[in-house]
Amino acid sequence: MADSTTSRVSFTLESTLDSVNKIEQTAEQTAQRAGFDEETIPHIAMAVREAAVNAVLHGNAYDTNKHITAAFETTSDDLIIRITDQGPGLDPDTLPDPLAPENILRGSGRGIFLIRAFMDEVHFRQLHPGTELTLIKHRTPAQSGT
Amino acid sequence: MSMKVQTRQVDGVTILDLSGRITLGEGSVTIRDSVRDLLAKGQKKILLNLGEITYIDSSGIGELVSAFTTVKNAGGELKLLNLTKKVHDLLQITKLYTVFDVKDDEASAISAFSK
Repeated sequence: MADSTTSRVSFTLESTLDSVNKIEQTAEQTAQRAGFDEETIPHIAMAVREAAVNAVLHGNAYDTNKHITAAFETTSDDLIIRITDQGPGLDPDTLPDPLAPENILRGSGRGIFLIRAFMDEVHFRQLHPGTELTLIKHRTPAQSGT
Repeated sequence: MSMKVQTRQVDGVTILDLSGRITLGEGSVTIRDSVRDLLAKGQKKILLNLGEITYIDSSGIGELVSAFTTVKNAGGELKLLNLTKKVHDLLQITKLYTVFDVKDDEASAISAFSK
């Protein structure tokens, strides 16, 4: 049975791909503990990985002096993941639509699209400097143990 | 786990058997280098066998797209073989499934290349 207790874990990491992998693994484990099914868990892990890649690559640009943070919170209603960077900031309204015919053959630009496809809510917050990306997946009553 | 690639030739088609993960910093560079090397050798009929790919992220998808356009611009053909459900679903979501020529059977994939 899934654990219904609210839990939180967060950590600060260097701007490296190893950090991305650690965050992805934590997302997978957290989603598993929260009771999500076998199809949804990889989707959550991928969305979180894409958010972490954005933070490391586009936000902090692998700058060793900058860090990313990852916070995982499981409530009775939701799994909430917050990823922050210390980069120049990201305006989601300026991102090109990867499904548009003129963009479909681009070699990049699908990360935020996939995050939105796999999560129930995605929120951006400008930190000046940096960006906080909040990813939310709703839990069903069965998952939350209520 | 990183990505591995093995190359073989069948009827003038170069088949790249890929296994593992295609992600930023793992398989993406390997695919780029492999395709570039093949084109430099004049091998322009390329079949990417993704049957053993366990995971792909947006960088990996982007790398497949780049490989496709690079080969096409060089006058060649690149097709995909044996998509796992995960990769299939991602290509559907990103509307790339119809961009690529996707095959489920190696023999029919090879015969689909122009002679």
